[in-house]
Parts: sequence; structure tokens; C-alpha cells
Amino acid sequence: MPLQLRGFRHPLNGSTLEPGQTQLRVENIHLAFGGVGALAGVSLEVRQSEILAIIGPNGAGKTSLLNSISGLYHPQKGRIVFYNHGREYELTRMKPHQIAAAGVARSFQNIELFRHMTVLDNLMSGAHVHMRAGLFSSLFYWGPAQREQIAFRDFIEDIIDLLEIPAIRYKKVGALAYGLQKRVELGRALAMRPALLLLDEPMAGMNTEEKEDMARFILDVNEEHGVTIVLIEHDMGVVMDISDRVVVLNFGRKIAEGTPEEVSKNPAVIEAYLGH
Amino acid sequence: MISGTFHTSYRSDMALRRTWLERLRLGLFIAFVLAFPFLVGKKPYPIFLMNQIGIATIGAIGLNILVGYTGQISLGQGAFMAVGAYTAGILTARFGVPWWLTIPIAALVTAAIGAVFGIPSLRLKGLYLAIATLAAQEIIIWVVTHWEAVTGGVDALVVPPPMLGSLRMNTDFRFYWIIWALAGVTALLTANLFRTRYGRAFIAIRDQDIAAEVMGVNVFAYKLLAFAVSSFFVGVTGALIAHYRGIVTWERFTIDVSVLYLAMIIIGGLGSISGSLFGAAFMTLLPALLTNLGRSLRGVFPAMDEFIPYLQQASFGLVIILFLILEPEGLKKIWDDIKNYFALWPFSY
Repeated sequence: MPLQLRGFRHPLNGSTLEPGQTQLRVENIHLAFGGVGALAGVSLEVRQSEILAIIGPNGAGKTSLLNSISGLYHPQKGRIVFYNHGREYELTRMKPHQIAAAGVARSFQNIELFRHMTVLDNLMSGAHVHMRAGLFSSLFYWGPAQREQIAFRDFIEDIIDLLEIPAIRYKKVGALAYGLQKRVELGRALAMRPALLLLDEPMAGMNTEEKEDMARFILDVNEEHGVTIVLIEHDMGVVMDISDRVVVLNFGRKIAEGTPEEVSKNPAVIEAYLGH
Repeated sequence: MISGTFHTSYRSDMALRRTWLERLRLGLFIAFVLAFPFLVGKKPYPIFLMNQIGIATIGAIGLNILVGYTGQISLGQGAFMAVGAYTAGILTARFGVPWWLTIPIAALVTAAIGAVFGIPSLRLKGLYLAIATLAAQEIIIWVVTHWEAVTGGVDALVVPPPMLGSLRMNTDFRFYWIIWALAGVTALLTANLFRTRYGRAFIAIRDQDIAAEVMGVNVFAYKLLAFAVSSFFVGVTGALIAHYRGIVTWERFTIDVSVLYLAMIIIGGLGSISGSLFGAAFMTLLPALLTNLGRSLRGVFPAMDEFIPYLQQASFGLVIILFLILEPEGLKKIWDDIKNYFALWPFSY
């Protein structure tokens, strides 16, 4: 038997689009909580296989935008359309678990892992939408259920390799250091084999070395697997280095959009960040 | 002692028992269960106690699926057991359905009713859900005591003895095998469930329900499923009680029972199958032990005679409180600590 090299035998990209095609279209969404407006007419487009960064001061509506895309918030006006599997999904009318099945995965600003599960089980639970074995065969762990678990374990091991976390496979997530938890959360989102990956501050609270690692993982996922990534990040150095395009929000409105260079020279952006 | 096990396939790495020591321990436990009736010389009382433990283990695993694994606090355990017991009892007593067939039917009926009473979990969490399940408890017991045409109301429902050919099965010795076979199956099915997506989804809902939803878990459907699967095993418990005792009365399924079972899984270990067994054994043996202790103290302190029953109750409470203070994670944690100590024995550091 020829030597089989480990790593990346399984594709991580769940999108059926070609690079550059429009994958997500946010159309003029308005979101308010009571009288407090969070988003006031934001529109943007995400293209297949790009890294789009969303930046803006605190309270600009970045997380609200992500929560609207993943179905946790329901905008009062506007639509969010997502293209995958040759279909047009109207995310604003779908429930979060349906949006996940359509191919949108995400991580959270404050780590929201399943704390009492091992790293392995957290990652396996990320593949939930792809598992098919029924309740009955699962209870008996019969042929199909067992084969499915083993097949997904093989896939999950790829992600474990990619994120360089083999040593902590069997550790309970709650006992891990912060930086590793962030990594596991990225892994859990990848286990969904996403078409679109939303990352809410993947590098918050990390030191430079951890940020470098995380940036490398994000670039690997994007460049080697072609997964589209939308990320919110406050570290301008990281944003300028890894993103293809940048969208700037302020007070719930989009004030600029373009390549990192264009955005960094935009007077409205400079004003929003530095004041008058 | 358990180092040096190298798995070369995911299949063996994902087995329920991964090392020879784990398999040995399970083998020893099964051997103990098989040998127990003979070790005690077929004496009815110890076998009766073991039967109580077996029945409680099934119910505790059922409750643990809902409370320990899925994080949905339920005070309806007693009522769900009543559904199982009355379904099995009525089917056998009034319709002549064979007793062994009534056990799965009772389990399915209980699962359906459990799922219905799980609907409030869509909107309610934690203590609020506990109150909603308390309502389930009261509603079901009210129906049982007032629907006289079917349940016999407050009167006891007499269930004909389960027969296998000409053998009467509900002697302590014979029913022992039925109870422990079902307890074994319950434990195995539950262990399997928690290494597939269903079990992981349940735990995900307990640990982080919003993240679970975003990972693609239909949280409401899975909560109802958790209620159904949990109630299924609780229904088995109820059916076993009906056939073992030969009599079903509503007093045996009151809120006290719900609380007792909650205490069982908290003391045994939440979210653990072996913890369910430990809890069931503890809560069955401790009162029995205290009763025997009280009886033997009777002659020693004649003046204390009338207080002894109260002392029993008080010490039962005291042991539970001490337990919760000294080992809040339950007997399961103690067992894990022992295993971990010996994991590297004799080179522990």
C-alpha cells in the first residue's frame, strides 16, 4: 500500500459557487431594539472565496450584522440572501439551525463552546448538520450509525491537524486556555464544512504570537480550501494584512467599503476612528 | 496500569470501553450482578433491595438524560412513572395484554406524554421549566385519581401476576433477571446515544443552547426528543413497578418520588450513566441501612425508642447535605478520582 500522507484529505469548503461569484447579499437591513437602532440601512455583498473584514468603533453594529446573518436577530426591514446548492436562501426568513444547514457557520465574540465536552466532541458536534443516522440505529450504534461516526472522526482529525491541536483532543474544553478555546471554536465552525464562515473577533484578547497563529489558520482555510470568510476584528494590523476587502460601519451605517488601502485613506473612516 | 494501549483504528479508539482495564471492570460488575442472587443464597430481602436498585437505575438514567445531559430540570418524574405503571397495569388487568408486551407499549405511551409536557421547554428554562413540569406532575396525578373509569381512581389497581408459561415471574428471584437485563439494555442504549449526534446535541443544548442552534441543532425538536427518550425509560421503570408489585396506586408516584429521583442523580452524578447507578444504589440502600441500624439500636437505648424513626429521617437528610457539601459532583466523581489515582499506579506522583 502506498504511503498515504495525512492532512487535508477532506475538503472543508461547503460552497457550490465559483470564486468571485456573489455568495451573500445584504440588502438595506434595518434593525432596532425598541427605540435603539442597531443597523440603519446596511447593504453589502460577499463574494465567494474572499476574506471580508467588518470594522468599526464599539457599538457600530458589527455583531448585530453577524447575528442578523446567522438568524439570531430579525431585522425589521431589508433582506439577506445567501446563494448555495444552486438555490437562493432568504436568511431573514429562516431559523438559525436552517441557516446552518444552508452552509453558514460562525464563531462568537465571547467563546460559546460546549464546556463540558471534550475538544473532540465539540468538533464532532460541529458536523451535526451532515450526520444522517436515525435515532434507532444510533441507540443501537448499528452499522450505519457506527460507520458514520468513524467517517466523521476521520474528517475531524483533519481539522485537528490543521489547527495543530492533537495533544488536547481528549481534554475538556472548559479546562483549556483562552487561546486554545478560540482555536477549538474555529474548529467547531469548520467541522460544519461551511460555505460561509463568520468569525466574530477571532483574535480578541490574544497576544501577538497567538494572533499570528490564528491569522495563519484563517488564511489556510481561505487559501487552501477556498472558504469565504467574514470577520470582525479590532486589530487593524491583522485586518490590513489578511483581508481582501473591508467594510466600515459606524452608528449602524456603512461609511466605507473597499480594499484595505482605500479604506485606510478614507476621510470618513479616519474621522470615525479618531474623531474631529 | 492502563498506559500502553495504542489504538490503530478510529473504531477501537471510539469504543465505549477503550482499555482492557475498563473492560475488566465492566466484566466484573456484570459477573457480580449475575452471581448476586446465589451469593446471598437466594434470600428474598437482599434480592428485593437489588431489584429496587435496578428499577431505580433505569428511572435515574431516564431522568439523567433529561436533567443531567440536556439540562432541562424536571419535577415530573413521579407522574411519568405513573403513566408507565398505569399503562402497563391497565393493559394487563383490563385488556389481557401479555405483561412483557406492556413494557414497550407503556414506554412508548410515556414517551409521547413526556414529549407533550416538554412543550413548555420551548420558552422556559431552568427553574421556570421546573415549575412547568411540576404542573405536569400535578395534572397527571389529578387525571389518574379522577379518571375512575380507566384508572380506578384512588383505589389500587390490581395487576395479575406476570406469567411465563406456568411460572409466576414476579417473585424477587425471577423478576431480578428481568429488571437487571432491562437495566443493562438501558445503560447500553444510553451510552450509545451519547456517542452519536443525538446525545451531542442534547449536551450542546445544556452547555450553550444558542451556539447549539447556530451549529444546526433544531433546539426545540431536540428538547422534545430529550423529553421523549427520557420518559421512555421512565415508562419502563413504571411498567416494571406495576408488574413487580402487582398493584398500582397513585400514592407511589407523587412529587416525593420526583424529588427522590432528582436527589438520586445529583448524589450519583449528573450527566453520567454510572452515576445514575450509584445514586440509585445510595438512595435505596441508605434508608434500608438506617432502618436496620435503628432496629438494632432499639434494645440498647430503651428511652430513645420513639425518637429512632425521626433520627433515621434526620440522618438521611444529614448524609445528603454532607454529600452535597463535600462532593458536589457526586459519587461518580469519587469513583473517577479512584480510577485516576490507579491509572498510573504504582508510579503515581
